[in-house]
Amino acid sequence: MTEGTRSNLPPLQLHVPEPKFRPGDAVDYSHLVIPPAGAQARPDEGCAASETHPLCLDLVRVLGDDNRAVGPWDPKLDPESLRRMLRLMALTRAFDDRMYRGQRQGKTSFYMKCTGEEATSIAPAMALASDDMVFPSYRQQGILIARGYPMVDMINQIYSNKADKLKGRQLPIMYSAKEASFFSISGNLATQYPQAVGWAMASAIKGDTRIAAAWLGEGSTAEGDFHSAMTFAAVYNAPVVFNVVNNQWAISSFSGFAGAERTTFAARAIGYGIAGLRVDGNDPLAVYAATRWAANRARANGGPTLIEHFTYRAEGHSTSDDPGQYRSVQERSEWPLGDPIARLAAHLEALGEWTPDAHAAMDLELAEQVKAAAKAAEANGVLGHGLHHPFRTLFEDVFEELPWHLKEQSEQAIRERRIKWPEWKED
Amino acid sequence: MSETPFVKKLNMIEAINDALDVMMARDSNIVVMGEDVGYFGGVFRATAGLQKKYGRTRVFDTPISECGIIGVAVGMGAYGLRPVPEIQFADYIYPGLDQLVSEAARLRYRSAGEFTAPITVRSPFGGGIFGGQTHSQSPEALFTHVAGLKTVIPSTPHDAKGLLIAAIEDNDPVIFFEPKRIYNGPFNGYYDKPVEPWSRHKDGAVPEGYYRIPLGKARVVREGEALTVLAYGTMVHVAEAVLAEKGVDAEIIDLRTLVPLDIETIKASVEKTGKCLIIHEATRTGGFGAELSALVQERCFYHLEAPIERVTGFDTPYPHSLEWAYFPGPVRIGEAVDRLLKA
Repeated sequence: MTEGTRSNLPPLQLHVPEPKFRPGDAVDYSHLVIPPAGAQARPDEGCAASETHPLCLDLVRVLGDDNRAVGPWDPKLDPESLRRMLRLMALTRAFDDRMYRGQRQGKTSFYMKCTGEEATSIAPAMALASDDMVFPSYRQQGILIARGYPMVDMINQIYSNKADKLKGRQLPIMYSAKEASFFSISGNLATQYPQAVGWAMASAIKGDTRIAAAWLGEGSTAEGDFHSAMTFAAVYNAPVVFNVVNNQWAISSFSGFAGAERTTFAARAIGYGIAGLRVDGNDPLAVYAATRWAANRARANGGPTLIEHFTYRAEGHSTSDDPGQYRSVQERSEWPLGDPIARLAAHLEALGEWTPDAHAAMDLELAEQVKAAAKAAEANGVLGHGLHHPFRTLFEDVFEELPWHLKEQSEQAIRERRIKWPEWKED
Repeated sequence: MSETPFVKKLNMIEAINDALDVMMARDSNIVVMGEDVGYFGGVFRATAGLQKKYGRTRVFDTPISECGIIGVAVGMGAYGLRPVPEIQFADYIYPGLDQLVSEAARLRYRSAGEFTAPITVRSPFGGGIFGGQTHSQSPEALFTHVAGLKTVIPSTPHDAKGLLIAAIEDNDPVIFFEPKRIYNGPFNGYYDKPVEPWSRHKDGAVPEGYYRIPLGKARVVREGEALTVLAYGTMVHVAEAVLAEKGVDAEIIDLRTLVPLDIETIKASVEKTGKCLIIHEATRTGGFGAELSALVQERCFYHLEAPIERVTGFDTPYPHSLEWAYFPGPVRIGEAVDRLLKA
């Protein structure tokens, strides 16, 4: 008998979560409760937060199995807006495909796709005002694409080349785009969440009309920053929309390691007493409607909303991992909520506003558009082939002004360069 | 040291895995936890196979919460376990800093020895892999500054295994930083040349089974008369290559443990050579090199024939595209060596 055991009591047992499927397993998602589209009530945007709490355990859906938009959450977008939404999602996917290949071809060090999750960036970007401040994680490239940020500038950043606006300092895809009201992305997880609350609080202090929105993955809700953000947003009724993109996987750790075995991520809102919505993240119309609801609420001083986007990470975490090592490859094909692009295209077809031919033509056109942008960016260099920012830029922006020790180090870096390559001249 | 008749060729990841395996087999109080360390075996594969062998309550994945990972390790240590948490990249350790600095490091002191924190926090650190500012940092000086923490940095598979075993057996909290650039081979700073694998390096030979390298004991990599080099981690191999290329008869000391520091080996060497070069990849200001420089000045002043030289990373965040301009490579080290030899 070890210390602390009593013979008349059962031994305590540690529960360690384990996902339902591992490599080689047949996938059966019948345990997932998928309510029918259109069945969820839509409370008034100015309602008490508690009125939304049943929705934290439900799933807001608009697009039904018959590809029709139904129910009170139907945002009733016109066909032109629907086609724009479709095009932006397809453009994001085309961009990801090309950049992923670029990484594999050695043009850069790293890339992260958002395949299958395009709706969780594109639809919110369309539902928010273009000058609402977004604090994204590393998988919301769709926001920049939706806001019309130049694709060449995105690729320059990915290639860390001489035209990279971030001067080659950041890991690929860690964009910063103030002109697009897009905050500098950190590789550290969840740090953007309290920052978004602070920005929203500042906007309220100043009597501004702009709100903030933040994104993170379900895995990152385990970080303390997430909970600090919830507390501050609740205390100050901050005008902020929190997005939790629940794509089921944090690298190799399934959502159970962030608490998904117990309740939903939207249900975090209940404990903090703020509004919460749980949304079919592969239904772009539901995502749009939920964001619109939360944005209107925040703009009317109704306070923060936490939105869980229930979706699936169709590819690896990044170019650095092989998902086939830790999850069943069948998961993607069996995912019961389908693919956001396919679903919106089918909806448009059901409306008589789209055809498979039009879709194929669009995909070709978008691939060409991305290809042209990539070529233009490649003219500015790819990683590791000499066309980078001048050496002195390494020392700039550490502080507003260069202190003596960084001046010395800057001169040293240039001197080292000349020793290694006597012919070398600084740009 | 116990009998270690068999030797196998391992890279540093395999050596670390082997150390964990050996210790988990010996001591059922050892638990391994961290993000992706369980089924997947860690993003660098350092814990591969351990969950299968020791079960899910001894090797398990954790939520993404460094504060939680280190905090629960402190609590497990209070119970009597010997946790070996992994922080996936040293760059991500900061949310756990309060639990390390205010809790783990001081627990023995504030409870007058009633409670201790016998935990070993493993974490890959250092750059040279185009990891940008969030996968490249060398934050060792933040930890050496904290009273109550030990800081260990291996430079070879052989040492990684022996030091990790000693760290796990140590009854105080240990930060065990693994230089990820040399996981697969002793990268020597010549980034345009291929890196030889550990299988072709003498220190890739790792004894089987249990052995320990005591914390606080440096390794003299090479004896010499012209100058003393103090380095650790990746920079040991860079120093070796540069000084060999320059044909300098340097004495190269791999510190292996920063706290506690092997001051006797340092002192004996500098008194012999009269010249001291300190190399680390971390930023310069307030870096561990400053502490080394102060110690050498305090204890060897009358033997010094030249100002102590420090070669370090620059005082900027770790860059991406200009990684090799930042990295304290052969040119920077060569200049410092020339200055020392001319003095």
